[in-house]
Formats: sequence, structure tokens, C-alpha cells
Amino acid sequence: MQVIKETLTGPIFKNNPIALQILGVCSALAVTSSLKVTLVMCVALTVVTAFSGMFISSIRSHIPSSIRIIVQMVIIASLVIVVDQFLKAYAFGISKQLSVFVGLIITNCIVMGRAEAFAMKNPPMASFVDGIGNGIGYSVVLISVAFVREVFGSGKLMGVEVLPLVTDGGWYVPNGLLLLPPSAFFLIGGFIWVLRSVRKDQVEANEFKLANHSAVREGT
Amino acid sequence: MSSNDSTSKTLVVALALCIVCSVIVSAAVVILQPVQEVNKTLDRKRNILAAAGMLEPNSTAEDINQQFVDINTRVVDLSTGKFADDAVDLARYDPLKAAKDPDLSEALTAEQDLAKISRREQYAIVYLVENPQGDVEKLILPIRGFGLWSTLYGFIALESDGNTIAGLGFYEHGETPGLGGEIDNPRWKAFWPGKQVYRNGEVEIGLVKGAVDPAAVDAPWEVDGLAGATLTSKGVTNLVHFWLGKNGFEPFLNNLRAGKA
Repeated sequence: MQVIKETLTGPIFKNNPIALQILGVCSALAVTSSLKVTLVMCVALTVVTAFSGMFISSIRSHIPSSIRIIVQMVIIASLVIVVDQFLKAYAFGISKQLSVFVGLIITNCIVMGRAEAFAMKNPPMASFVDGIGNGIGYSVVLISVAFVREVFGSGKLMGVEVLPLVTDGGWYVPNGLLLLPPSAFFLIGGFIWVLRSVRKDQVEANEFKLANHSAVREGT
Repeated sequence: MSSNDSTSKTLVVALALCIVCSVIVSAAVVILQPVQEVNKTLDRKRNILAAAGMLEPNSTAEDINQQFVDINTRVVDLSTGKFADDAVDLARYDPLKAAKDPDLSEALTAEQDLAKISRREQYAIVYLVENPQGDVEKLILPIRGFGLWSTLYGFIALESDGNTIAGLGFYEHGETPGLGGEIDNPRWKAFWPGKQVYRNGEVEIGLVKGAVDPAAVDAPWEVDGLAGATLTSKGVTNLVHFWLGKNGFEPFLNNLRAGKA
């Protein structure tokens, strides 16, 4: 039980797929300009990671190592197509906004990473829980990024106005940068900074040691 | 593990996996297709109504279908400017696909191609909003053209005189959010209704830099440009000029006014 709990909650802060493993950043840049779209993306990714982990794990002892990656890809791709079809049928507006990014879950490093690193070596149930855990870890980062981007970029939250924009007769001048994908880099960077300030064990050891200044100080 | 890596085992696993996965994927596609079709049609109708300024906020699928009872979908031959309802099968015809098909479209010369779409389809689908007596109240015409980054796809709605604009809207584009993306802003779209398209037979409507002075002589043909989005603004002007011009719907609008469409 303790192991399962650890598998589930570990990826949230301790071993976060985006903040520590730096996986799946591309979709974190692309789909975080509005919270609603982000939530759907998080659910879609969590479902795919969990079920692909479970299916891959349940046939792991029969997967020939020579076509191991292809087998994982086929399972992941099938799941993604099914999820995409469901979104098109039951959340059409959001699926239009997510457009190619649902399809790109196939190449999301988190899904492949967990399949290869965890599901190939662990039983189905544990792999399923690991998928959920990593999905939540991914969601935590995406939701916090999307929250900042939507509130300060377009003055809205879940499409409801919270800061009235100047263009709509209010007082808030939106930060245009936050609507563009690169802004997510700054926000994810900030997230990692905060996380590593709290959990110092995540800070990597320096690869080099900076030497002291050797020149005479000027202007003193 | 060695038995797993034998050629026969590899082939069996690959084959079995492919069969299982393809069955699952195709089942999902086939089962969900009817629901998706409904969504797609509804989305198209919603865009059309939004462009015409007829979309009520929070309207349900039922409301939209109800409103569409009064909307007549017709096919127009763009080169002759006459209705050509028998030329294509409405249920299957996609004007955007036709524009890429050499048999169903014509190439535009650089001079003609204001909207930078390179080919224009032969047959366009237009929507006529009719009152209960069967008179046309509004025309909804599809428009598209290149802005700064992307092709803008939308509709323009005209009043029955074929000259006064009733609304304009885009349902797909990839312009910069906050700058060119402001073409989706309802406050900007609200500048369009009531503007005039033609002056002395030429398309005159266009976006100008800054705000339009309502007292100016040219005001009926001018719409506020988008701040910080000069190229998107130019793109919008160009695509409206193209689609309402000689290579677009102008012949059709003239025929319609003369009662000869």
C-alpha cells in the first residue's frame, strides 16, 4: 500500500516529470494559454499515460526486445487516437483548440518515458498508478502555468472575466507575452526555482567550480 | 527471454498487436462518427450565425438548428455569378477542398490574387437568410485570405441590398494573440455592421490606421484598423476586397440585385 501511495504521489513534487525530469515541456508551452483547454489536455495525458502503462506492463513479458519501442508506440498511438475521437465527439470546441496537440501526446516524452522506464519492469496495477501519478505531476505544472497565463495574459479565468481589459473598457492592460508560447518557459523556470528552493535535494551538483576573480579589482 | 526474441515470436506479437489495436481504433472511429458529424455541422452553423451577427449568447444546439430553418443554403458559380445548385452535391462538396482541385478551381494571377489564396474554387456555398415570405433578408458569404501568419477563414454577412455589411467574423486563424488575434474581439467586430462595401461600383470598404472619424465623408467605407497589427489589418482589407470584388462575389451580387441570379 505504501509503495502504491509513493508511486502515486512521488511524481507530483518529488520526481515531477516536467520540473525534475524535464519531459513533456513542448505541450506545456503550447496548450497553457487558457485553463479550460489545459485541464482537458491534462486529463487526456493522464488517461493515456495510465492506460498505456497498464497495457504495456500486462504484455511486458511477451514483448520482444528488438521491437519493444514499436510495440509501445503502437499501444500509445491507438490510445491517443481513441482519446482524440472521444474529444471530437464530446468536447468538440476544446478539441478544436487543442488541435494537433492531442495527436502529439503520442510523442510526449512523459508517456514514452514512463512506458520504457516503469511499465516494462513493473506489474500492470503499479504501472497504471504510476501513469496517474505522472499525469498529476504534469497537470500540477500545466495548471499553475495556465492559471498565470490566462489571468494575466487575457484577464480571464476559465473564460470568465476576472480583470476587466482596457480593450473591453476596463482598467487592466494585459501582458501580451503571456499569450505567446515562450512565456511558459519563464513560468516553468520559476516553478522549478521555487520547487528546488523548497526541496534542496533536487538541485544538481555543479559541474564546474567557479574560480575567484584573478584580476585586480578595478575602480576601488 | 531468448524465446521472446525469436523471429517467429516477434512476428506473432507484432501481428497480434496490430490486429487488436486496429480493431479498437476503427471501432472507436466508427462508433463515434455520428456524434462527431453532428458536432461538425453544428460548429459550421454556429460560425455562420456568428458572422451574420445572429448568434445569441449561450444558444443551444436546438436554438441553432431552429434558426437554420430560415436559412437557405445555395451554390453559386463564381465565374458567372449565378446560382448553380445542381452543379455539386451539397452534402459532400467542400469548397476549401475544391479550391485545391484543378478541375474545380482556377488559378489566380498575382494581380487578381489580393487575398493570397492562389486558387479560387468554381462553386461557392452561400447562405441566404429568408423571412417567412421567402424574401432574402441577409446574405452570408464565405471569405478567406492571408493575414500575417496564417490564412483567415470567415464569413461576411450583407444586408439584402448587397452593399450594407451586417457582420463579419472569422472562425479560424493563427494571428498573434492580443494583436492580430483581436479580429475575434466583439468590440472590433461591432465596427462592421452598417458599413458600405461599394462606392461607384468599386469595392471601397477597408481598414484604416487608428480610429475612424464618424463625421468624415469616407466614414461609411472605413473600419478601425487593429492596433499593432498592420499586416493583419491589410490582410483583412485585401481579402474583403477580393471576395467582394470581380473575381469573388461581385458578379453574383449584381445579378442578385437585378433579379437574374
